[in-house]
Amino acid sequence: MKSQWPSIKDIAEQVNSGSATAKELVERSLTTIEAHREFDAIIAVIKDRALKRAEEIDGRVKSGEKVGRLAGVPFIAKDNFLTFGSETTAASNILKGFAAPYQATAIEKLEAEGAICVAKANLDAFAHGSSTENSDFMTTKNPHDKTLVPGGSSGGSAAAVILDMAPFSLGSDTGGSIRLPASFCGAVGLKPSYGLVSRSGVVAMASSTDVIGPLTRTVEDTALVLDVMSGKDSLDSTTIQRNEDSYLNFSSDYKGKKIALVKEYMSDGVDAEVKSAVLDVVEILKSKGALVEEVSIPNVDLALASYYIIMPAEVSSNLSRYDGQRYGYSSEKAKNLDESYNWSRSEGFGEEAKRRIMIGAYVLSSGYYDAYYKKAAQLRTCLIEDFKKVFENYDFMIGPTAPTQAFKIGENTSNPLQMYLADIMTVAPSLVGVPAISVPVAKKGLPIGLQIIAPYKADLDLLSFAFNLEKDIT
Amino acid sequence: MAKLTKEDVLKLARLSRLHLTDEEVAKYQKEIESILSYVDQLSSLKLDNVEPTYQVTGLRTVTRRDEVVDYGTDREKLLKNAPNTKNGHIVTRRIL
Repeated sequence: MKSQWPSIKDIAEQVNSGSATAKELVERSLTTIEAHREFDAIIAVIKDRALKRAEEIDGRVKSGEKVGRLAGVPFIAKDNFLTFGSETTAASNILKGFAAPYQATAIEKLEAEGAICVAKANLDAFAHGSSTENSDFMTTKNPHDKTLVPGGSSGGSAAAVILDMAPFSLGSDTGGSIRLPASFCGAVGLKPSYGLVSRSGVVAMASSTDVIGPLTRTVEDTALVLDVMSGKDSLDSTTIQRNEDSYLNFSSDYKGKKIALVKEYMSDGVDAEVKSAVLDVVEILKSKGALVEEVSIPNVDLALASYYIIMPAEVSSNLSRYDGQRYGYSSEKAKNLDESYNWSRSEGFGEEAKRRIMIGAYVLSSGYYDAYYKKAAQLRTCLIEDFKKVFENYDFMIGPTAPTQAFKIGENTSNPLQMYLADIMTVAPSLVGVPAISVPVAKKGLPIGLQIIAPYKADLDLLSFAFNLEKDIT
Repeated sequence: MAKLTKEDVLKLARLSRLHLTDEEVAKYQKEIESILSYVDQLSSLKLDNVEPTYQVTGLRTVTRRDEVVDYGTDREKLLKNAPNTKNGHIVTRRIL
């Protein structure tokens, strides 16, 4: 599918030079969103505010001002980003009607460079899921086949980019929620180093692994969006200092780079088609002068178990703020405060949120804390050490982003554990905190994502490698 | 292998401030038990000498000056999302 959008850099240049207007770009975006309603990728359209901002930007250009690196570029945010101009629901009934009193730092930074948020994308409620089927509102359909899921939880964001609704979208990734839908829909999806991008104003899921990042059609577009969003923020005390002047300073090739193909990610449980697509990439890498070797990291097989302890523990803590008193859904039938908590949460939360809250309560309860939560946190240390060791000898790790291509809508909904297994290859980088990107590599048929993982804070090296690989694949 | 009783599920629901119907209790009992059995694969690992990791940035208790910072969010906007307010305060159900 050829895109109607030039590169983000070109769009902004056209707007700044007057050869395109922000207004026509926003209108084009809104028309495309309307044309693809049946995919259920979008929860809310931010029409009035977007058009007003577009006119304002066009006015500034006319008066001779240079607007910014994203002048007039429309984008779509996952609906767990606080934004003006529409509700912010996190696709949950409990936040229905919520009017953000402030915007996410990421949105503010993008707007400061002239970008325009035109819509909010569907997700699994509170980003809990791998298919968007856990959205309290609707299931997004895969752009390539409406009977398939788009992946999750940023499924609406990934589908929106591939349906050409906007040049880029934003997602959040706690255990794979950007990379998995990127893989299933054929988008580029980046999970930056933990702490590189502020999460202020993004609905919290599991705070020790939550990151936000872009979904785009090309690596260059992803790098530009990251470049605008990254950096320390006084509103998110976990943010780290960015260590690059520009995340666009790509090197010219990856000749001589050492790459570890993670053995555990190529096991028998992985679909043959997925494996063969990854092996095709390995051949390309070798032919261009990279050194690829198979490396075993036995602990990555345990990463999912560790993740499904740590994540629900943090979810149960983060979701305790939904008490029906200060904001969000409040049950009418409660007579006293205790009942108000109980009924508001019982009626407001969906099935998966309840499941994770209770698992979290279990692994954190006094009798089980050591056996579950502490053990999982110890395994996390082992994983960090394992990754460090591999990166002493290799520049990058590679493997599939997911063990399968997009699965059927409804295929895994009756078995939550089966659904969790979709994250098996994406959770380890999340626990370790290192950056990882999913790049589409299938030559035909349904999309397949290659996951590339780099050392902590090596986001530029990662993007640089992905950029050069992308050129060699297409 | 983790075994979860009906009472365990009710206790978790109580801790989580959730009401569950009988059907929900039965459903979650089965599902949570199967998930716990999966994560139980960590139980056989000997990790006694390994320090647990709770965060990855290496940052230490980040503080800032104790002074009022205006983030530009106003009280009206914040209170607009509250289900019930009176004279600029949030009203809750009675406690006693």
